[in-house]
Amino acid sequence: MARAVTQQRKIINTAAAWGIGLLIFFPILWTILTSFKTEAQAIADPPIFLGFDWTLENYSVVMERSNYARFLWNSIIIAGGSTVLGIIIAVPAAWSMAFVPSKRTKDILMWMLSTKMLPAVGVLYPIYLLFIQLGLLDTKLGLVIVLMLINLPIIVWMLYTYFKEIPGEILEAARMDGATLKDEVLYVLTPMAIPGIASTLLLNVILAWNEAFWTLNLTAAKAAPLTAFIASYSSPEGLFYAKLSAASTMAIAPILILGWFSQKQLVSGLTFGAVK
Amino acid sequence: MATQHSRSAARVMMAPAVILLLGWMLIPLTMTLYFSFKKYLPLRGGDLGWVGFDNYVRFVSSSAFWPSIQTTLIIVGGVLAITVSLGVLLAILLNQPMWGQGIVRILVIAPFFVMPTVSALVWKNMFMDPNYGLLAHLWKFFGATPVEWLSQASLPSIVMIVSWQWLPFATLILLTAIQSLDSEQLEAAEMDGAPPIKRFGFIVLPHLGRAITVVILIQTIFLLAIFAEIFVTTGGAFGTKTLSYLIFQRVLESQNIGLGSAGGVYAIILANIVAIFLMRIVGKNLDA
Amino acid sequence: MYFRNALGAATAMSLITAGALSAETITIATVNNGDMIRMQGYTDDFTAKTGHEVEWVTLEENVLRQRVTTDITTKGGAFDIMTIGMYETPIWGANGWLVPLDNLSAEYDAGDILPAMAGGLSHEGTLYAAPFYGESSMIMYRSDLMAKAGMEMPDAPTWQFIREAAAAMTDRDAEINGICLRGKAGWGEGGAFITAMSNSFGARWFDMDWNAQFDTEAWANTLNFYKGMMDESGPAGYATNGFNENLSLFQQGKCGMWIDATVAASFVTNPNDSTVADSVGFALAPDTGLGKRSNWLWAWALAIPAGTQKQDAAVQFIEWATSKSYIELVAANEGWANVPPGARTSLYENENYQAVPFAKMTLDSILSADPNDSTVEPSPYVGVQFAAIPEFAGIATEVSQEFSAAYAGQQTVEEALAKAQAITNEAMEAAGYR
Repeated sequence: MARAVTQQRKIINTAAAWGIGLLIFFPILWTILTSFKTEAQAIADPPIFLGFDWTLENYSVVMERSNYARFLWNSIIIAGGSTVLGIIIAVPAAWSMAFVPSKRTKDILMWMLSTKMLPAVGVLYPIYLLFIQLGLLDTKLGLVIVLMLINLPIIVWMLYTYFKEIPGEILEAARMDGATLKDEVLYVLTPMAIPGIASTLLLNVILAWNEAFWTLNLTAAKAAPLTAFIASYSSPEGLFYAKLSAASTMAIAPILILGWFSQKQLVSGLTFGAVK
Repeated sequence: MATQHSRSAARVMMAPAVILLLGWMLIPLTMTLYFSFKKYLPLRGGDLGWVGFDNYVRFVSSSAFWPSIQTTLIIVGGVLAITVSLGVLLAILLNQPMWGQGIVRILVIAPFFVMPTVSALVWKNMFMDPNYGLLAHLWKFFGATPVEWLSQASLPSIVMIVSWQWLPFATLILLTAIQSLDSEQLEAAEMDGAPPIKRFGFIVLPHLGRAITVVILIQTIFLLAIFAEIFVTTGGAFGTKTLSYLIFQRVLESQNIGLGSAGGVYAIILANIVAIFLMRIVGKNLDA
Repeated sequence: MYFRNALGAATAMSLITAGALSAETITIATVNNGDMIRMQGYTDDFTAKTGHEVEWVTLEENVLRQRVTTDITTKGGAFDIMTIGMYETPIWGANGWLVPLDNLSAEYDAGDILPAMAGGLSHEGTLYAAPFYGESSMIMYRSDLMAKAGMEMPDAPTWQFIREAAAAMTDRDAEINGICLRGKAGWGEGGAFITAMSNSFGARWFDMDWNAQFDTEAWANTLNFYKGMMDESGPAGYATNGFNENLSLFQQGKCGMWIDATVAASFVTNPNDSTVADSVGFALAPDTGLGKRSNWLWAWALAIPAGTQKQDAAVQFIEWATSKSYIELVAANEGWANVPPGARTSLYENENYQAVPFAKMTLDSILSADPNDSTVEPSPYVGVQFAAIPEFAGIATEVSQEFSAAYAGQQTVEEALAKAQAITNEAMEAAGYR
């Protein structure tokens, strides 16, 4: 009897969860489907779901018009570079906040987060001038630095929450064994924090990949990532739904695939200290 | 317990992050403050001298200022309300036994990976367009007149688009928190005959307090700065001008750097008010 | 045979400009319109002739404006050529931010550029940007629907006729809207349309002392007429429709008439994209008998920011892209209907082009717009659908947002005009005009 009830509940749960999951995913699915239609089919009335003539024409048009490989490469370097650099700078800071806390630790953390609230558009002009002076305009290095700074507070905070969960006794034991500070961080702490670091890494790659203000405004041709690629397909003359869908799919596919493959790491670590 | 040695080591280790962020904050902030006291019009020859608080007065006395604050708060508040409440429900659902949980989770997370520009373009053109959008077809199918989403229901539409993007984030954090909930406690309550609503109100919700705090804090930071969603969909028309969009108009469309910088200073003040407010209300949850 | 000519021209060009000692890579910012995308496809032809490589930065119009304006005002130097319009060129030229194009080769024949275009792209008689294509606006209408309604489109109709014809052509059940017009917020979208339309109703943006004029009856008439007609016969959601939205509506056979850029003529008559290609007629933009028509004047043009290190290569590119031989290149490959229109006099003297159905009406429309005398009452500004002052883009965007809100029914026309008046005077005061 009890068994039958659970079984029934499981069926209901499954149906509800799948229904909602598909509903949430539907806009992405629809974009992907539209990318394989012709422009006329893309706006057909009534809309066609699957019974259309699948075509790769939109992809070949997009590939011919833009140097997709370069946009993709720039995105990878900028998102990856800013995240890795951010983590290298954040690990020591998060370590010291977690294990040598002072009265000001929480204030410093909050202050760091508050730097994220500076409205980007208000400082575009000063930053642009600065970039010209430093010769960083339209360079990947420039964007790596800016995106690292934008995401640094999040990185520090995430790492801090993971480090805090590591029991202090382990560190003390290591210290007893004569481990130096460097050893402590490198050989004791870091391995224990790998899941947390992995999840921090993933979240920040996603955030950097999707950042669309600085990446668009501080680049021209050489360093432009996929956000700029999208801006050339957003509203051209004539029918464009199918080509826009193809370009959109190409822009989000790499990060979507990365996210799906690594979702276990992302999910297990994405707590921001919310779980005690 | 911390020794003098480790204290100074800690300071050294914290230094790079702190110095970098200090620079990232101070340099633009100083420049913004500097410009905000100037009449600075790039298209009219650039720096036209000091004007005191003129820009500050002009920015607030503009008819667009208070509506923009209101719009900002509506968008932030609306998205938070939707993502947190739906996020809790979705997290509870996803925590139930079911078939294909991993795949459902993937489907639910997916919107978080989509660039804001792309999601705004897709929603605007392929869903909310009153002639070709899928929602228009749906409405017509049921014999209703299609809604002109981005003009007649502009704010709700934007809140919906942004909520779609952030729901996965809220759900994920809340799901992790729910998974850490002691299931024995819940089962005991169930045995005692506590109805589901009571179990939810007295056990689940308090347990999620901390996670909800985190969701609100992180999302607020990002939501105060949303830009692409508005730029792509309405371009600030139909009452969707947020404070950061208003600053964009002053700086880039009107090319009035001084006025825009004064707006930037106001935005920083607003952000800090919101931050202090958040800290006061939810900060306790973050202790320990 | 064409190829040999082109090679000859290229040799002549490189001899004259003589700067191209080594091959360079130039960066060009451009808008993602059809003609520009086509030009990108022919980049190889330019590289073959000059040895220079080209990096394209193709952006949607609003992003492009934001991007190039930031770069030019800060002298950022991210681009060697920028695609700009008739609004920006005289302002930037006056600031000394653009390289004057007063030394173009004899082969290029700068005198062949349509005077209306050259005038709009110059400051004090010096050309600062070369037109890639030029446009005015005109009526495009469905001749079959017009006949069905039992009406006949004159060559130069009045607004009253248009309104009656729109009502007669409208068939809501068949999803045919009598008229499609821009209502989308943005100075280059709905703002441009309503400003050009207001000229024919006797309205103007400013009086001779730079006072906003939205409190005048002429503006109220313009807006009430527009909204009345669109509510009667326009498509659903017209308050968010811009050029693109209307183009696809028209191509799908959902509009009886469409008043918009003359360049659209080649899209709506192209059977590959348009379901109504063989039943499109053209007429001059309407008037109200006050002496001004409601057509605008615009050019997308190529300009070189002052301070670029690659000026010679940039000049070579501009001479290539806006030359007669580029037009021939496109004509040879894609047909005369697809060449960039509205830039050169010689194009309209070409017999092959005269056979294109919309050629004459395009030229007539361009010739009937005068940026120096666009309003019925005198105005202090230059420009037909804009006022060529730096503050205009910002003001007009906000004003057009108020108008769009009125189109969508969120406020009345009177409220929108009152707000527009306040916004404009406020901004003009801030800029020191009043």
